[in-house]
This record gives sequence, C-alpha cells and structure tokens, in this order.
Amino acid sequence: MTSRTSTYNFAYLDEQTKRMIRRAILKAIAIPGYQVPFASREMPMPYGWGTGGVQVTASILGPRDVLKVIDQGADDTTNAVSVRKFFQRVAGVATTTKTGEATIIQTRHRIPEQPLREGQVLVYQVPIPEPLRFLEPRETETRKMHALEEYGLMHVKLYEDIARNGHIATTYAYPVKVEGRYVMDPSPTPKFDNPKMHRSEALQLFGAGREKRIYALPPHTDVVSLDFEDHPFEVQKFDRPCALCAAEGVYLDEVVLDDRGGRMFVCSDTDHCETRRADGHRGELAGDTT
Amino acid sequence: MQRESIVLEGGFTDPVIESQAVFRALMDAMAHPARAYRIGHHAAPSVPIAATAAAVACAVVDADTPVWLDGALAIDAVRTWLGFHTGARFANSPGEAAFALIADGAGMPALQRFAQGTEEYPDRSSTVILQLSALDGGDALAFEGPGIRTRATIAPVGLPAEFPTQWRANRARFPRGVDLILTAGDAIACLPRSARLLAGEN
Repeated sequence: MTSRTSTYNFAYLDEQTKRMIRRAILKAIAIPGYQVPFASREMPMPYGWGTGGVQVTASILGPRDVLKVIDQGADDTTNAVSVRKFFQRVAGVATTTKTGEATIIQTRHRIPEQPLREGQVLVYQVPIPEPLRFLEPRETETRKMHALEEYGLMHVKLYEDIARNGHIATTYAYPVKVEGRYVMDPSPTPKFDNPKMHRSEALQLFGAGREKRIYALPPHTDVVSLDFEDHPFEVQKFDRPCALCAAEGVYLDEVVLDDRGGRMFVCSDTDHCETRRADGHRGELAGDTT
Repeated sequence: MQRESIVLEGGFTDPVIESQAVFRALMDAMAHPARAYRIGHHAAPSVPIAATAAAVACAVVDADTPVWLDGALAIDAVRTWLGFHTGARFANSPGEAAFALIADGAGMPALQRFAQGTEEYPDRSSTVILQLSALDGGDALAFEGPGIRTRATIAPVGLPAEFPTQWRANRARFPRGVDLILTAGDAIACLPRSARLLAGEN
C-alpha cells in the first residue's frame, strides 16, 4: 500500500472545496436528475480524465472506504490505473478490482455487470452533462427547457434517428427521464447499461469537471430511457458469448487479433470476466489454464 | 476568559475525518429518506445548540452559506460558537438562508417562508436542520419516492402540528422546495423535497 503523501490534505482537495461539493451532492440527491452547478477545481490531471468524478470521489471518500476505478469496464486501463493510484497516494485508501468488495466505484463509461447493492456508491465521470446541449447550445435556454419540462426537441432528435435509419441509432449517452421529471444524460455509457440505472440499490453520483455540474440518482429511483410506443427502447444484443468466459447477456468489446480479419469478443467488465473464469467458465478462446 | 473557552470548545477534534464521517451519514440519509442514521458523538458544544445539529452544521456550513437561527438559538453564544467553528455568517430572514437551524420545531416558520430556489436553479433553496426530541414515538409519517424501495415511515416528535399540510405543499412545488435534516440524540434522518407523504397511517 502506498503511503499517503503528507503534503496534501486527505483526498487532495481542501476542506472548503469538499464542503462546497458535499452541499452540491446533497441538493443533487434531493432533486434527482437535476444538474447542480458547482465550483469545479483545477485537478492535477487534464479535463477528459475524469476531473468531475475525481472531485466527487475525493469529497465523499473516507479512510475506511474501499475504492474501485474502472474505465470502459476495465480496472487495468490507463485512466483507471492513474485515478486509482492518485487516491492511493493522496488518501491512502484500500483499493480493489472486485465489484462486490468496493464501497465506492468510480467509473468511466460502464456500469459493472454484477448488480450493485445498498451502501455502494457509483461515481460517473461525465464529459457533457447537458443532454440538450447538442440541440441547444445556450445554457440559459437549456435551463429554461428543464424548468418548463420542455423536452420535445429530444424526442424530435430520436425521431430523426428513426426517419434516417429506421431505428433509434443512439447507442451511448442515451437520454433517460428521471422520476418522470428531468431528462438526464447517463454519461457516455452504452445504452446496454441504461436498465441497470433503473431502481438501482446503489447511490449514483455524476460529476462533470469541465462543465462544472453534479447530478445524482438516489437508490430506487425510476430511470426510463426515452422511446416511442412503436419504437420501444431496446439494448444491444450480442450474437455470441464472451470468448474467454462464455458469459451471455453482458456487454462485449471487440478485439482485433490479426490483419486478416480475425477478431474476438470479450467482456468489457474485466472483473466479471475474471471472476467467471476463476469459477471455471471457459469461452472458445480461453486457454486451459488461467 | 471563561466565555472564550466556552466558544473554543466542542467542535470537531479531527475536522477532516469527522466532517467526512458526518457528511457521509448525511449523504446516506438524504439518499434514504425517513431512515434514521446514527452519526455518533462528534461535536459537544457547551452553548445551547444540540450536539448532533452542531455536528451537521460543522460538516456543511461555512462562510459561503448564510445561516438563519430561530428564536431559541438566536443568541450571541450560539452565533459566536458557530462563527468560530464554521465561519458562518448569519441570515436575517428564513428566505435568505442556505441553512436554517431550528430548536423549536413546533414553532418554526412555515416551510414556504424559507428559500425555495427558482425553477431554473431549484438547488438554491434552504436546507432546514431541526433539533427534535426524538425520531420515533410521534405521529407516524409514511413516505414514498426516490431513495425509498416501497415506503419509509418515521415518527418524529416535535414537528409543527400542520407539518403534513406544509410538506404536501412543499412537494407540490417540486423541483423547488426545502430539504429537511431532522436531528435527535445522536441520530439524523432526512426528508428531501422529493419525498411524497402518503395519506395518514393509523
């Protein structure tokens, strides 16, 4: 375990910053799906590396927490490794790759396959929190649209998908409606993960550092993906199981194997895949030993 | 001399760790409305402000958040204690308060007199911290809504008689409205504005 760097306050942020973020989190929980502005700080990593998620995690983290960090489902990618090391260094907290052992999971673009339980907190790194931003660039207008529950434009956008492609072609950052009130961007998770947000047992917090917004989904909150009666929301389906652990009904990544068109599909959630292989599950490309 | 020591004592002994512990209980409580969470003993003010309400204030209040004190708490000793331990400045009316500290729940101002936020920025509303005598033993209030699996019941002692009516009106203003932090003994429970009060239980 790396020792805590003594020159930094616990979890890097100063106490006044944490209080400000904590107050924003409380209001975000009280108004599910509503984007609370906060005074986002410069962090020792570039925007796009999860500065919003890092600030949320730093503000809720305690010495007894067990932290897991994933990027696209994987614990061993650059972003996940650097954020995890950051918190090991500035907070000295225990870390894990096991979904079930973590009290706080910071994520970029995935929700773990294993259902989360009460008491766990899922912290999302969000690049653009405003679901209406690409439809209306002015913040004053999108604020008003949320205030008036004026979400017709979003349905027009989904309809245009159908008109062009015959189906809703949005596959990630698929907009959801929270408790029948706010339309919310679930961050660029694949729409495959949208149903996991609905009535989750865990608290879900969203931090957007560059855009200076925090929003939240308390546990047991209704989260409904927008759709039409004749074009109901559906998630991606994969026609083959994971090549390593043979899991079905999970989100798969495509991995190119050679320059002759060889490819394999494997679990994007590395912990889920490793756990299954440790339990003896074998996919078609898994070696006999692990 | 005596007065100074009264003011200086009773705050967090380890502010970084204790603020986090109290906040985390607060976050869990806000995410699970009407469920009591024990926060343990952190603050021990020798002025007339309850220890748990004081601990909550120490965790979330600072110079950026005007605090309104009700009649029983609006005395110099409390102002000086909160000022020293949190850096709080004070609001002249409930409508200007980011946080309100209420010792006399039964006589508190109606919820609609606190800051409600705006339709565009509903987060700019008051959070009301209530010192109650107990979180159970009073009239049962059953809630449903975000954070609640089916329903959650709490029976706090010391809320105003017309609380159910006021709370329904507060919910009707959603997304505007106030959020409540109920404190009693070493426990807290939260009522975020999203909680819907169900018809009376008997």
